[in-house]
Amino acid sequence: MKTKVAFKVGDDVSTDIVYPGRFMATVLPTETPAFAFADNADFNRKLKSGEIPRGSAIVAGKNFGCGSSREQAVSCLKGYDLAVVARDISRIFLQSAINLGLNIIICPEIEAAEGDELEIAGGKVLNLTSGKSFATNPLPKARQAIIDAGGLIPYTRKLLPTAKA
Amino acid sequence: MGMTYAQKLLAKATGQPQAAVGDVLEPEVNLAMSHENGALVINQFNEIYEGTGREAKVWDPSRIAIIFDHRVPAESSKTAGNQKKIREFVGKQGIKKFHDIRGDIGGICHQILPENGYVRPGFVLVGTDSHTTTHGALGAFSFGVGATEMASVWALGRILNVEVPATIKVVVNGKLPAHVYAKDLILYVIGRLTAQGANYKVLEFHGDTIRNMPTSGRLVLCNMSVEAGATSGLVPPDEETLRYLREEAGVKEKVEIFGPDADAVYDHVLEIDAAKLEPQIACPHTVDNVKPIGEVKGKKLNQIVIGSCTNGRLDDLEVAARILKGRRVADSTRMLVFPASWRIYHKATDLGYIQDLSRAGAVVCNPGCGPCLGIHQGALADNEVALATTNRNFKGRMGNPKAEVYLCSPAVAAASAISGTITDPREVK
Repeated sequence: MKTKVAFKVGDDVSTDIVYPGRFMATVLPTETPAFAFADNADFNRKLKSGEIPRGSAIVAGKNFGCGSSREQAVSCLKGYDLAVVARDISRIFLQSAINLGLNIIICPEIEAAEGDELEIAGGKVLNLTSGKSFATNPLPKARQAIIDAGGLIPYTRKLLPTAKA
Repeated sequence: MGMTYAQKLLAKATGQPQAAVGDVLEPEVNLAMSHENGALVINQFNEIYEGTGREAKVWDPSRIAIIFDHRVPAESSKTAGNQKKIREFVGKQGIKKFHDIRGDIGGICHQILPENGYVRPGFVLVGTDSHTTTHGALGAFSFGVGATEMASVWALGRILNVEVPATIKVVVNGKLPAHVYAKDLILYVIGRLTAQGANYKVLEFHGDTIRNMPTSGRLVLCNMSVEAGATSGLVPPDEETLRYLREEAGVKEKVEIFGPDADAVYDHVLEIDAAKLEPQIACPHTVDNVKPIGEVKGKKLNQIVIGSCTNGRLDDLEVAARILKGRRVADSTRMLVFPASWRIYHKATDLGYIQDLSRAGAVVCNPGCGPCLGIHQGALADNEVALATTNRNFKGRMGNPKAEVYLCSPAVAAASAISGTITDPREVK
């Protein structure tokens, strides 16, 4: 897939940054995108207005999504179909992203600036703007099965016991 | 090969002789905890059953706990609506470990679970809250999950894709000096490991400092283990664990405990001399930005907060009351106190701590998460500075991205309230 870097952030970006706590009473995935990065008025406005096209990328440093387990931090990004290309991702955020089908790419050496065009395929991220290529880490196999099933809800549905004891 | 506590626990939980680091297991869940975000779990849970023709029934209502704490009493009609929805679900599903907005059994989930004897050594415990790591203090492998993961647990009774984690052994020996507490120790550990230093790993606490530490202190260590990225913080259970369960949690039946193997293999070992520790401060805007108090002494404060799932327990209130009794919160600042549960609030009232703090000028609020996550009470104005015994100082955490939050122990918070600036409790006469 090809995508464009809409937003670049550093290391240790917490879910409090992605989805501030004061909006946590809002839970529906149809409503959470309105508060994505709400404390960054400019980025939030560009997302809501559609100035940033769907399918754009956020490039992040290490430990993206650390802190609170609030799933709104995942669903709000999924609502814009954003891809997260991060040097690494915090455990709970990674699992929730897999569960909800947010496009995440773990790319330990990624270098990209806002506005750069990326091509993500075949275990690497090619920065078309800089011409540099960066290897990605595959997701653990057990988690890939959840992605292939279309997320944890359909995956769990298939595992429901056939008869209740 | 020898196993760490986490390996041994997960092996037992899945009925296997061995659990190697990296193995992917699906352990049964002994306890599944949620708070107000149970509203989202309910949505996801119902969606699992959509189109299946089956009734959406949780696997075992006795193993689900729901505690209202994040916004109590409700700050908005939206929250009240979420709470109502959960209340109805709890009734319909027959969930008994439900702690509504009440002045007898209410409080913060990470205090309610231990004090009611819901947590046992050897448990696999998941919660839709990142500070679920807290319960490792009682020897439970406990960790935070997202709402959809929890919905899957409610349906299946097991948690999918648990990778057996590597373990960092934290060995702490020596006596903590006067005015230095478990909070200072864990802040120091997080500073050493960094916010990502324990990502996808667990911390296992050892050493005579830990053995001599009451469960209330161990809960602080495990609570904040997640701030180093740890999946879980674990104290292998011992006599103190059994004492706590018997005397403070009302557990009557016999409890089996086990520890890690003597020849367990650790990712690495972090050794700490407790006797050399000083009061620590986590500075804005990351929890690993930790400095000894001397480097930030004198910082002017607009708000001081004592409480939360980290430091709202009886011994925390006792320390604060001892320092503030007969003194006065400086006019240049304000002080808020949030006990971790109503049971604690009542004991603190009986012991006079609540009056001591209140007469000194502190506002004692109802137990709950309060200002820690910036959604309910105690929000900060632009450019204000807060000092809190809570667990996170991320930008925007206390309701305002233009404010700053420093983290500390209850002793530092109470000492600082007198002067309205960050003050070393060792220097309060």
